Amino acid sequence: MNRFPPWKYALLIIALGIGMIYALPNLFGDDPAVQVSSLRGFELEADLPNRIETLLSSADIAYNSISFEPQRLLVRLDNPDLQARAADLLRDSLAEDYVVALNLAPSTPGWLRVLRAEPMVLGLDLQGGVHFLMQVDMDAARTQQLERFVSDVRTVLRQGNVRYRSVRVDRNHIVAEMRSAEDRDAAMRLIERELDELVLESRDGSETFNIRASIDESILQDLQQTALRQNITTLRNRVNELGVSEPVIQQQGAERIVVQLPGVQDTAEAKRVLGSTATIEYRGVDEQNDPFEAHRTGRIPPQSRLYFMRDGSPILLSRTVIASGDNLVGAAAGFDQQTGQPNVVVTLDGVGARRMLEHTSQNVGNRMAVVFIEHRPETREVDGEEVQGTRRVEEVISAAVTREPFGRRFQTTGLGSATEATQLAMLLRAGALAAPMQIIEERTVGPSLGQDNIDQGFRSVLIGFVLVLIVMAVYYRVFGLVANLALTANLVLIVALLSLLGATLTLPGIAGIVLTVGMAVDANVLIFERIREELRNGNTPQAAIRAGYEKAFSTIADANVTTLIAAIVLFMFGTGPIKGFAVTLSLGIATSMFTAIIGTRGVINLIYGRRKRVQALAI
Amino acid sequence: MDIIKANTSINFMRQRNTALIISAIILLIGVVSLVTRGINFGLDFTGGTLIEVSYPAAADLGELRDTLTDAGFDDFTVQTFGTARDIVVRIPADQDDESGADLSTQVLNALSAATPGIDLRRVEFVGPQVGQELAEQGGLALLYAIIGILLYISFRFQWRFAVGAVAALVHDVLLVVGILSIFQINFDLTVVAAILAVIGYSLNDTIVLYDRLRENFRVKRKGTPVELCNLSINQMLGRTLMTSLTTLLVLIALFYFGGEIIHAFAFTLIIGVIVGTYSSIYIAGSAAILLGVSKQDLMPVAKEGADQPDQETEVLPERFRRGGA
Repeated sequence: MNRFPPWKYALLIIALGIGMIYALPNLFGDDPAVQVSSLRGFELEADLPNRIETLLSSADIAYNSISFEPQRLLVRLDNPDLQARAADLLRDSLAEDYVVALNLAPSTPGWLRVLRAEPMVLGLDLQGGVHFLMQVDMDAARTQQLERFVSDVRTVLRQGNVRYRSVRVDRNHIVAEMRSAEDRDAAMRLIERELDELVLESRDGSETFNIRASIDESILQDLQQTALRQNITTLRNRVNELGVSEPVIQQQGAERIVVQLPGVQDTAEAKRVLGSTATIEYRGVDEQNDPFEAHRTGRIPPQSRLYFMRDGSPILLSRTVIASGDNLVGAAAGFDQQTGQPNVVVTLDGVGARRMLEHTSQNVGNRMAVVFIEHRPETREVDGEEVQGTRRVEEVISAAVTREPFGRRFQTTGLGSATEATQLAMLLRAGALAAPMQIIEERTVGPSLGQDNIDQGFRSVLIGFVLVLIVMAVYYRVFGLVANLALTANLVLIVALLSLLGATLTLPGIAGIVLTVGMAVDANVLIFERIREELRNGNTPQAAIRAGYEKAFSTIADANVTTLIAAIVLFMFGTGPIKGFAVTLSLGIATSMFTAIIGTRGVINLIYGRRKRVQALAI
Repeated sequence: MDIIKANTSINFMRQRNTALIISAIILLIGVVSLVTRGINFGLDFTGGTLIEVSYPAAADLGELRDTLTDAGFDDFTVQTFGTARDIVVRIPADQDDESGADLSTQVLNALSAATPGIDLRRVEFVGPQVGQELAEQGGLALLYAIIGILLYISFRFQWRFAVGAVAALVHDVLLVVGILSIFQINFDLTVVAAILAVIGYSLNDTIVLYDRLRENFRVKRKGTPVELCNLSINQMLGRTLMTSLTTLLVLIALFYFGGEIIHAFAFTLIIGVIVGTYSSIYIAGSAAILLGVSKQDLMPVAKEGADQPDQETEVLPERFRRGGA
């Protein structure tokens, strides 16, 4: 007698049930949708859905639904035609602070979304898009840092009234030439006190008294990590310009950044945008004249320029720039230690600090403004031809009263909330690209190829699958049909796991599934061949089934573990699409063990296990 | 239905010298090809730029070359890809020029200026540094996979089996790479993935055989290692062929319907499965026997006396050639 305890059947049914639920979202297609998000990655205002609703209904564009998440808003529409119209409308009507992007939103029914069941994410090779790998030039970043310290050292020495011959960058060090040993000692004490990031060493020649300074290794690493993060922030801002619905921008290794832009076809534009520049400028506010008056009459005082705040109100700023993005070393949001109010702490380099001190000493009580300047790429029509160029966009992101003179480090308070502080710090950092970058790898897949890959991938899975089903059914008859059930269940489980893990499906990933389909039946072939063998050796059908499953088990386990080793190594060393192959292969091996051993045994037991006398097995 | 009749007894071990000679010949041709023609390394490893463009009608390659030459490119190759309408332009990596990422844009602009209505299928640009890293990673992956497997088999079986399995494995990989070289298949990252899958598959087969060999060594009281090896191969023959058949079926589906990009991958796996099946029948067993696997090696350390098989069986060199079950 071959019987399974009820709990094993329960386990099978539960596993399959869960598998089906999480595989299900993949059967629903996509809805054309328009995605609205904030240009700077901030949270959206709560009244935005109402505004969009009004806009759409006044333009007679019928929509299915508007779903609102703090980070983005999705308008689902019936067809691509409406989608295009809605996108154009929103792009024109919403202020420049929003990114409006076309998107394909999975049309997963609500009850599945409640269970967090989502369809598989398609890789760039399937949905089309651009993949860039960018290398951050850390040598250049280091030199930049050294140059900043050079001016800091000069400032410190001048303020301490220590005379020096020269301070300069020499490969990975800063070298300060002094006139005497006394000067050198005084300088070392001073620099040590003021700039503790530097490691000092005296290097005396016969007639020369030198100090060799290098940046402390751990601080240098911090600086590089900060530079990389800063570049990521900057890239994220720039990518938002492109109107990509789900961009991926993440660090890879110590010096690299991956940028993935699904759906982007114009790679030339993408490259231009990624390379575009943004910067900030500190300028004094002209408090003598009325900006509203100047805006209205158009008469702008000669020493001033007219700017606009983010809320649209005009402001007059001095023509002289105090400090710019190049002088910005860091900007961090936090809380004022005395008042507990949110603040942004800004650090400038030596040159910026000197000019800042000069300005603030003379302007206590006046306001100082930060202007954010961006060169946004755009396509204009000139004489019916499309011309690509960049447009300089300037806006004042902050204007605050100077309470006392300051230089290298200062804080901006009086911000409305912690969120506002974070936003300001982010914008300040975005104004400075910390280190130069270059594209070292690009993989672009056009939409037509992506669709072909999907079609061909699924066709080959289907054909391979059906062929295997036929062969198994013909060769092993009833047992073959049972194995086919297991194979189908296996496919459902793989898809469910991929969806559940949020893994990305790539073309090699599909190849992994195809290969798994071929290899998954191996476990059943082993078991069935063993059962046949046991029958030939004169065992009764029931005993043969039992022995077949028991004896084949260790073989199956050994064989699968070795394949798993190969798959795991592939996962560890593989990049991008190859990882997809490793993931589907490993998942397939794991699920096939379950379906091919426990699954088929359960069904076989149902068919044969309960009968008192089995004459022959259809195997 | 049976492919293999019950109680088949083909004397595989007697054919093993013939098999070894055949293997040696193919290996030799492969190695000669590797030395003289080398491997047709793809963009992933050499670095460079690849642009695939789809034309509305069959494209004139000569005209296309002229267009690109006029646009100032001198070092490039143009080929059709799958159909006459799909064109692939390859530009090798320029070690000095770091701005390789812009090349694709220039090529595309030149091509679309000459022929309107072309459709960009894909662009791949790999910097020389990245190419070198990918090659290193690929090599390391193969090495670590082999070491991991060696350790696992030594732990589950015995070192002679591990060495036998790895011998079969190296044989398979060499043969596959040799054949890739003979046919000048474009060797890219997906092919490395395919070779690792071949390693997994080939081992799968070898281990199934060793598992049965171990069982027969423990259970059968009579028989030389050669005889038992032959018996095991025959017992597993149905399974080996059946699994290879189903795997080949899906791979052939992938080869014919999976599209041009997956071609090299599917081809490598098809060759790999055929070679892996052959080697698990002819090479894996022979290797273990040549290394002197004996019953003692596989005895569980402490077992009840009743199950103790004949301990006196020895491996005698001259019996190798007789074999036979």
